[in-house]
This record gives sequence, structure tokens and C-alpha cells, in this order.
Amino acid sequence: MPVWLDLIVRVVAVVAAFLVLPLVVGQAEHKVMAHMQGRLGPMYAGAFHGWAQLVADGVKFVQKEDVTPGEADRRVFRLAPIVALFPYLLVLLVIPLGPNGLVAQALDVGLFFVLAVLGVGVLAVLMSAWASANKYSLLGGLRGAAQLLGYELPLVLAAASVAMAAGTLSLPGIVEAWRPWWLLWQAPAAIVFFIAGLAEIRRPPFDMPIADSELVFGYMTEYTGLRFAFFLLAEYVGIVVIAALTTVLFLGGWHGPFADQLGWLWTLVKIFAVSFVIIWFRVSYPRLREDQLQRLCWLVLVPVALGQLVLTTVVKVIM
Amino acid sequence: MSDDGERGMPGKGLVQGLAVTLKTMTQRSTTQQYPDVEPELPPRSRGVIALSEENCTVCMLCARECPDWCIYIDSHKEEVVVPGAARSRQRNVLDRFDIDFSLCMYCGICIEVCPFDALHWTPEFEYAETDVLDLLHDKDRLGEWMRTVPPPPAHDVLGEPSKEEATAARKAAGPGAATAAKTARPPVRRPAAPAAAEPAAAEPVEKAAPAEKDEPETGR
Repeated sequence: MPVWLDLIVRVVAVVAAFLVLPLVVGQAEHKVMAHMQGRLGPMYAGAFHGWAQLVADGVKFVQKEDVTPGEADRRVFRLAPIVALFPYLLVLLVIPLGPNGLVAQALDVGLFFVLAVLGVGVLAVLMSAWASANKYSLLGGLRGAAQLLGYELPLVLAAASVAMAAGTLSLPGIVEAWRPWWLLWQAPAAIVFFIAGLAEIRRPPFDMPIADSELVFGYMTEYTGLRFAFFLLAEYVGIVVIAALTTVLFLGGWHGPFADQLGWLWTLVKIFAVSFVIIWFRVSYPRLREDQLQRLCWLVLVPVALGQLVLTTVVKVIM
Repeated sequence: MSDDGERGMPGKGLVQGLAVTLKTMTQRSTTQQYPDVEPELPPRSRGVIALSEENCTVCMLCARECPDWCIYIDSHKEEVVVPGAARSRQRNVLDRFDIDFSLCMYCGICIEVCPFDALHWTPEFEYAETDVLDLLHDKDRLGEWMRTVPPPPAHDVLGEPSKEEATAARKAAGPGAATAAKTARPPVRRPAAPAAAEPAAAEPVEKAAPAEKDEPETGR
């Protein structure tokens, strides 16, 4: 296969996953949340159990007027949704789907790259918050900044633990080195990573920056139409990305029966299972207060992650 | 974590929360898909009031008892010449019978007081209008609802025979045989009751109507 064709196939595959997986997760969220609340959820769009609801939403968002507030910092305001969305696209590039190089771009420093790119998210929050020239946006953005900066630490520490255990920063390498007993050994790191990841994508119960009951819609208050849709898409891609990272780092990625043939399926199944848990958490738990949020991060997650690092080191040195 | 100072295992509440939502997800949802799926209404639901025009004698009881005065009745008298009778008789003819459902509070008092079963509840409820004036149903519209009146509940086979049946039986047995009719009825009636209940239920009003109307005539 010539290089250019190979490149096109990989890029198209990643873009397709980028556009399809979030819609599937979003639709699942509609339906799962509805049934968890004793409702049916969307039933009309697409005739069969509302399968096309998100497509219909997308069409609606395209038709809406694209409003930019008069006082807004126009260029920053318009750039922010792209900045929110783009890092997740890049992250999807390096997430391995299956064994034998079934990954868009195998990076030796994959984990480092992922964590660095995910850190850009806080920039989008601050950009949209400041550029909107709206007090709710600003409050939401500052809350978001505090939250994202805080939770970055346990996220990185938990990821570092598994990287130390595997002895590599490459994501396929980590999955390769993964053994089932790591589920137990790395369990605290997995939980810390998952919770910190939830906070990173600002999902309930960590949706303090959005907090629609007190801040209208946080940093997204002033956004309409397609730009708002980008933010929503970023949220769903965020679910996919955090689920995929949790899968790859802690749940063994493609490992499972017939991993050589069905590895990609195992990865997808695990991603959707973790996504389901993310949705489940949203339905079950109320929003954390700002001080509870920070307390959880600094007094629980960071110490646990540090303890896990020590544990990983000890086990690594002994074995 | 807990309000009452009682602290169970840490995280117990979190797990319970997850359990509740998961359990709810596995149960059937309570959503009614109304326009697509007809609701299952209880029998004898109070949807709209139907009028059996031929049963109405314009006695005005319903209009007078109506708490919010939403029944409008007009009538005139007609001479009926009965062959062989000494004088011609007078009969009330219903000109107008309107129920204003924008005022009606669905108390059902009109139906309760009607001595001749001219008014009935029906479970139909889809008669919303865009103009409030269209909620004034005239006697033709009220008459159309009669098709939707559910059959009355079957008579309790172990209960006393209905008033109408008892009267008919007494008449059939002739004068002075009232006690005999009472003792003779149940064995005859009971085995046939399930089969007989069906046709009787299908046309409750038509059957009752002649009987009710005949009585005053024969009485006079």
C-alpha cells in the first residue's frame, strides 16, 4: 500500500470514529438516562425508537442563527468550540483499537501526548468563558479552570502509575504489557483515573462549570447553533476518549478471548461499557459543590494516586 | 455523608444510588405513548356525556340540578291524538339540548338525577377544540356519543332480580301470584344469565326505553 493511501485510510477511519462513536454514545445516553428515570426517551425521530434523534438535533443546530454577542471578543469566541473539539480528535489518533498495529498512529510517547493534548481542554473553557463577555460564562469558566487544573494532577499520576508498571509510554505497548492481575494491582489508579477523567470532561457529578441551575449554562451560555453543537459534540467525544483511555490503560484494551481476530471488538465493548458507567453516574449522582469538588480532588484522589505510585514502584522493584 | 449521623460503610449510599437507577432501568417505563397508543381507561371513565334523545321527557331535572348551569334545554308541547281515547294527549318535544363542556365540571349530577336514563357517561375524551365556543355540544353531537356508551355491568347473578325484571315477572304471573313469581324466578333465570347478559348489555338503552315509556301509558 502506498504511503499516501495508507495515510488517507487511517485519517478517514479516525474521522469516521470521531463522528460516529459520539453519536452512538449520545443516543445511548438519551435512552439509558430515560429508562433509568422510568421514561422512554426519544421515540419519534427516525421512526424506530428515535434512533435518529441526534441527527435531528444536528440538523436543528445547523438551522439556528449563529449569534455572537456584541461585547464578545469575536475571534476568540469563535475559535473556542474548535479548540474544545480538536484535542479529542488528536487523542483518537493514538488510541489502539486492536493488536498488530491496529492504531491510526502508534506514538512511542503516546500517553504523554494524550495527557498533554487533553490539557488543552482547559484553554477552550477559559477562551469561551472570557470571550463571551457574560458573567455566568466567566463564573463557569473560572470554576472550570479550577476544576480542570486540579484534576489534571490525579489524572496524570494515575496514568503514570500504569506507565511505570508497563515500562513504556506507548499506548499499544501498555496494552501489550497488560496482564489480568493488573486489574487488582492498578485498581486504585483505575478508579482515580476514571473519576479524574469524569471531572476532566466536566460530566455530572462534576458539571460545576456548567451547573445549569445556577449558571445558566456556564461557559456555553452565549453559544448558539453550530458552535454550541460543537461543544456538545466535544462533550460526547470526551466520553468516548475517557472511556477509551480507561479501557486502554486499565482494562486491558483488546485483551479477551480470540484477541487476535476480535481484539477491536473487545476494545469497543469495553469502551461502551465504560461509557455506560459514565452515563449511569450522571443519572445517579447529584452535582458536587465547588468545595466538595476540590476536597475530593486534593484530599482523596491525589493521595490515593500517590499511594498507588508507591505501590507500583514497590511491586516493580520486588519483581 | 448521611444526615442523621448514622454512618454505614463508606460509599454505601453511592452504591445504593447506582442500584436504584439500575433497577429502574430494568423495569418497564411508565410513559404513556398517548397519541400512538390509546390509554387504557378504567371502565366507567367520565369522558363526555351522551344523550339518548328518545329517552328524554324534558323534565328539566338535569338542567336544574347542574351546579354550573351548563345544560340548555328548549322544548314545545305537541298534541298527540290517540285513537279511541277521549281526549288528545300532550307530549313534550325536545327542540334543543345543549351541554356546554367549557363550563361542565364533570360532576355527573345530571346523569344521576335523570329518571329515564337519557344521559350517560362515555369514556371518549378526544373532543378538544381550538375555539371554546365549539365546546357547546348540541343534541345531535351528544346523541352521536351514544355509540360509545359502554354496556352496563352485568347483573349480579346471586343478587336480587332487577326491579324491571321483578315487575315484568309479577305481571306475567297475573294478579295475586306475586309470591309464587318470586320463588319461581331464580331457577329459571340463573343458568341462562351469562348468555342472556350479553345481548341485554349490548343494547341497554333501547331495551330499557320502551319499558320505561310504556309504563306511564299503561298506568293512565
